[in-house]
Amino acid sequence: MQQTLTNFLRALRSMEIPISPAETIDAHRTVDAVGFANRTLLRDSLCVALAKSEEEVGKFDECFDKFFTREEFRDRRDEESRLPEDPVDPELIADSPLAQLLMEGSESDLAQAMERAAGASGAANIRYATQRNLFNRRMLDQMGLRQMERLIAALNRSETSAGTAAAQRLESAREYLFEQAQQYTARQFELYAQFAGEQLREEFLVKTSLSAVELRDFQRMHRIVRRMARKLATRYNRRRKHTRRGVLDVRRTLRRNMAYDGIPFETVWKDTKIEKPKIVVICDVSQSVAAAARFLLLFLYSLNEVIASLRSFAFSGRLMEISDILEHKTVEVAIPEVLEKIGFRPTDYGQAFADFDDEFMDSLDRNTTVMILGDGRTNNTDPRIDLMRRMHDRSKSVIWLNPEPEPFWGTGDSEMQRYRTFCHVATTCSTVQDLERIIDDVLKTYFRS
Amino acid sequence: MTASTDPAAQKITSVEAITEGLDSVGYIASHRIATSVFIAQNLTKPILVEGSAGVGKTELALSTANWLGLPLIRMQCYEGLDESKALYEWKYGKQLLYTQILKDKMGDTLAGTDGLDAAMEKLHGFSDLFFSEQFLEPRPLLKALRQKHGAVLLIDEIDKSDEEFEAFLLEVLSAYQVSIPEIGTISATVPPLVFLTSNNMREMGDALKRRCLHLFIPLPDEKLERRIVTSRVPGIDERLTRQLVSFVQMLREQDLKKLPSISETIDWARVLMLLNADTLDVDMVRNTLNVLLKHEQDFAAIDKSIPELTNKAKRY
Repeated sequence: MQQTLTNFLRALRSMEIPISPAETIDAHRTVDAVGFANRTLLRDSLCVALAKSEEEVGKFDECFDKFFTREEFRDRRDEESRLPEDPVDPELIADSPLAQLLMEGSESDLAQAMERAAGASGAANIRYATQRNLFNRRMLDQMGLRQMERLIAALNRSETSAGTAAAQRLESAREYLFEQAQQYTARQFELYAQFAGEQLREEFLVKTSLSAVELRDFQRMHRIVRRMARKLATRYNRRRKHTRRGVLDVRRTLRRNMAYDGIPFETVWKDTKIEKPKIVVICDVSQSVAAAARFLLLFLYSLNEVIASLRSFAFSGRLMEISDILEHKTVEVAIPEVLEKIGFRPTDYGQAFADFDDEFMDSLDRNTTVMILGDGRTNNTDPRIDLMRRMHDRSKSVIWLNPEPEPFWGTGDSEMQRYRTFCHVATTCSTVQDLERIIDDVLKTYFRS
Repeated sequence: MTASTDPAAQKITSVEAITEGLDSVGYIASHRIATSVFIAQNLTKPILVEGSAGVGKTELALSTANWLGLPLIRMQCYEGLDESKALYEWKYGKQLLYTQILKDKMGDTLAGTDGLDAAMEKLHGFSDLFFSEQFLEPRPLLKALRQKHGAVLLIDEIDKSDEEFEAFLLEVLSAYQVSIPEIGTISATVPPLVFLTSNNMREMGDALKRRCLHLFIPLPDEKLERRIVTSRVPGIDERLTRQLVSFVQMLREQDLKKLPSISETIDWARVLMLLNADTLDVDMVRNTLNVLLKHEQDFAAIDKSIPELTNKAKRY
């Protein structure tokens, strides 16, 4: 039973429910308390002990049902394939334990044998869909399939009526066995590896250039980006106040203790307050960055979910504020809407900055970080460097994230070299990994000061 | 922990016992809720209860305390809550008086000694009362640990507290003890049954989550909600209950900013009872809808479909 529970915990882990050693102990203690007899009780108890969020509760229920439904399909054989024929002469199949099991054993015997064979062939180590046949074969070999196949061949050759009849019976039983084994490995795969492939794909996506990510990976990207944004937010959103222990605030201490005749009963310590990050993001969604725009917006959307005081703007020819769209609509609606409203037109940085200057320049103060996502390609229009300078002077810092690699900056219609003069940081940012690193840095500067 | 001094251990014998017990005090617990209480008692672990506002998170703790006959100690969390409000505080006033007395008596006590060294030695001979339990003002957490027969400790809206406070709770939640630098460690006589509630204002830390059992209370299905209304609003007409519950259930399928939860359903049922209604009608629904919906936008969004929803609900 212990092995079953351990396997179940592994299945949970592969569903991305983190189970620590301490939780493993909890799981065992829980099972000790409730036992295996009552299914609902077991499920609810383990769920309470192991799943840590609403999302995980859903995953847990799914996994539990999948894991503990082995018995159900096996009983079908009774109606389908057990033929009301005379039993096969036991002496004919004496050489093959598997044949004996198939002909004479009960369903649960077979199930147990399969379980044992699976354990011996390491079926729980399955990782990729392509491995299913391999593990299938290994498991069947372990159960003694080759022996049985030799037996079938021998019976066919014997040319006695009893022999061929037995061979036929064995062949249909073998079919049945194949089918069951396939289902078994398929479920093992679902239990232990369904998400391993997914993880691999995600690791790859994190390192892929944003402009090369395909549209079909959008959902996946959203998940990755959101996870990343949440990670950043939990790391930084909380520590607002942090007390510098040990530095006495004499003035406030004296004041507070006036009532005690000046005897310092209550001490007051100096503390540093940390500001909330105030971030303004200006995102280029024009033709030249068309491929990456969708993902830049995705990132913006996720960031907006986790950072309270974020204002976001998008532009190609003109600039508009998109904070409201990102705030109130779902990601599937919001991003196409922004792109439709403003995206994919020829770039005009000068005009965009002018629009920003008209309406929003006042909102920049010395606590604001301005983040610009764009390639700095101006279509040979006036880059309005003066406005860039103004932004630089008014804000705490200006960070420019450019999807192009640095050697391309300043080539053709790129004004990046001129813009970068007025950026505190200008850097290439082409993958999700880059994004995470940079945002991490930005937030860090806030929390250090 | 011995059974004779711990009513919780006596009463919590099986999941069924919990369901019945909570039922007897008017809380209709789903199987999962009852199981979590059972496991919490058996594993001596706190329960972190999550769910949207008004699904009965706090009520679960209140009802459990009520059923077990244990004192309920409640701590409301808010930003800026610190250990002097949650754990203990020194009774400064009394400490001050004590020093005054000490000053007066000092002369008498030290009268017979000669030289400073001897006086100091004599002084050290007295027990240090200044920081002792007599001057300790227990706050909710300490109070819960010092209850002789156990207690139900409700740490309400933990998500509103600061991260530092969360870290500070860890000792209490995992070891059921607190450390007071001046005195030492105080551990619980009988570990209290701890409920933490969270509205998901912020993600809780992993360390805290790991130490707790997790219980998510969803909005109830129709059957369960009917039972809850019947239990909470005694004497309500059965047909009216069916109608109002199905109305609320339909309301939850709409795109609303704040979906009405159980507490709103109960309030609404009470209001309808006061108005002597025995069946829903459009005008009455419109006039009392502000009990269910708390946002102007929601009200506007639903206003047009009130007749349709009411008529549908009346079929029940």
